[in-house]
Amino acid sequence: MISQASRGETGSAVSASTNTLLSIRNVEKGFGSRRVLRGISLNIDPGEFLTILGESGSGKTTLLRLIAGFETADRGEIWMENRRLDTVPPYRREVNTVFQSYALFPHFSVFENVAYGLRAKGTAKHEVPERVKAALAMVKMSEFAATAPARLSGGQQQRVALARALVNRPRVLLLDEPLSALDANLRRQMQAELKSLQREIGITFIYVTHDQEEAMALSDRIALLRAGSLEQVATPREIYRRPETSYTARFIGQTNILRAEVRDGVASSGVIAWRTPAASGTATFSLRPEEIRLVPTQSPEVQPNGSVARFKGNVVNQTFGGAMDFLEVDCGSGQTVRARVANPGPLNGEHLFEFNVNDAVRVRDTEEI
Amino acid sequence: MYSRSYKTTVAIPPLIWVTFFLLIPYAILFCYGFWSVNSLQVVVRSWNLENYQELIRNPMYLTVLFRSMRIAASVTLLALLLGYPLAYYVSFHAAKRKELLYQLVIIPLWASYLVRGYAWKTILGREGVLNGVLNFLHVTGALELLQYHLNSFFSSHATFHTWHVTLAPMSFLLYSPFAVILMLTHIYAPFTFLPIYASMEHIPRNLLEASHDLGASPWKTFRRVVLPLSLPGVIAGCTFAFVLTLGDFLAPLLVGGPSGIMISNIIASQFGAAFNWPLGAAISVCLLFIVVGLLFLTERLERKLSFS
Repeated sequence: MISQASRGETGSAVSASTNTLLSIRNVEKGFGSRRVLRGISLNIDPGEFLTILGESGSGKTTLLRLIAGFETADRGEIWMENRRLDTVPPYRREVNTVFQSYALFPHFSVFENVAYGLRAKGTAKHEVPERVKAALAMVKMSEFAATAPARLSGGQQQRVALARALVNRPRVLLLDEPLSALDANLRRQMQAELKSLQREIGITFIYVTHDQEEAMALSDRIALLRAGSLEQVATPREIYRRPETSYTARFIGQTNILRAEVRDGVASSGVIAWRTPAASGTATFSLRPEEIRLVPTQSPEVQPNGSVARFKGNVVNQTFGGAMDFLEVDCGSGQTVRARVANPGPLNGEHLFEFNVNDAVRVRDTEEI
Repeated sequence: MYSRSYKTTVAIPPLIWVTFFLLIPYAILFCYGFWSVNSLQVVVRSWNLENYQELIRNPMYLTVLFRSMRIAASVTLLALLLGYPLAYYVSFHAAKRKELLYQLVIIPLWASYLVRGYAWKTILGREGVLNGVLNFLHVTGALELLQYHLNSFFSSHATFHTWHVTLAPMSFLLYSPFAVILMLTHIYAPFTFLPIYASMEHIPRNLLEASHDLGASPWKTFRRVVLPLSLPGVIAGCTFAFVLTLGDFLAPLLVGGPSGIMISNIIASQFGAAFNWPLGAAISVCLLFIVVGLLFLTERLERKLSFS
């Protein structure tokens, strides 16, 4: 990896710390001839909010189900602290799941749903009502204790499912796209509540989603899964600012993938050229649209030094986006660059753009051209 | 969305059906129940309650009715004991064999009821398959004792030669309430299996996962999730077996013998050999009310137990 200018971000998010809570070691899983997970290794710290992010079919739900115990791995091991977890049946794991479709028991009231886990594990009788009430209060559902699940809205069912899992005080809470069935407003509200709840109780959350914005908003770390392999595991900031691969750069947020020819410390991709410490040869870079600035027409003569690169292009499309406008810039010979510029006013014709050379992040090209 | 004339048009076939195949026949039956026959066995259309009084006066009718109910209850219990575990296995644990097993349960339903009845006659008869095997194995003595106790439980003191057409010498297994129960269990068990299986298929699988996830073992999960959610199917299945058995008259005719006679045989004989249609109609009406009352109760119970 090419070294980048320091931004105050600390790396090495993947390295195993000594107090790892959950350790997934080289796990493989296939259904028939289809290989769903290929050699997954991942360490999760206590109290961490980890999101497994991926497109549908990337294997993220399968990975979650392996941790819950609903599926058995073909190869590899899962450990919780210093005990093997993957050989333990699901009903003896200190792990609870919030299901995508909530899976509330229709024949029990909200109270009995939440009490289910406590009763199943033989919790002392006098302790059950207190703990259920506390759990319902935590998700603000106290007044619905006697209600049947079928009478609740989606958001309310979601809260009950959360209380039903958390009342057992699991070591790890697994959440399988828990907000995907909610409408956008409720979703944002629940995101905020989930995050503050997780901070408050300090339980490790493993959260599965296909929504990269949700992943960025909630997570301490994101594990990006692509076709059964981990593409990158890092904090949201790091995975956004320093994507290791072109796939990551494209999946998390928007970007321009620049496939460049490097010669004598200068990378050139189409009409765009900039200084780089990369060795000569071909290299791929990711340049976020918001890192590209519009150079004011009054001051084009100010010559940039080596840390800033400039290029000219025709604005072919401008989308108003409130604070930031989205531009499509045609640089000629079929090269189109996307830029996000703050309050540029209406633009057309040729303009001069610039970016800091350090913002063109060298990535591994993991996609076909 | 649909016009009034359209709705009226599509309602005509069921209306015709219900009128001509249900309402009118039942009305006729109901009327007959209040008529009587004279000494020349001619139906006299004078309204009276004599038939119903006769049903209460002569203990034979109630005896046979209660025996029919005992047989129906036995068949229901056996069909449930066979059908429930089978439905549970096929629905939850059969994996790739699911479709095959389901079809294997269904296939006998395509075979004629009569054929299966005669098959049992062949199996249970004195010279039958079962006797041959049991004789060969020298276990007949023990079974004879068992059969004696079973039959004495189901038969009353009275036997009803008059109404029976296929009187045959008492045999080892054949011609007994035991044989009727065996045959009807075989025939109606799929009717018990099907609604139970259907109700199990409707249980969302993630409820079982949720139960395991919350710390409940497979046994606890069965008791607290599968069993309560399959109860509507159990009620429906038991209703099928009970009602179908209660109204059955071919099994007693084929394998029942005098001690295995059921209420429907008495009804049939009143419309046949005895030529007393009014009395037959009165018994039919009583049986109809029992069945309708039962269906009403189980329907309510089923609705109370379902949550979808």
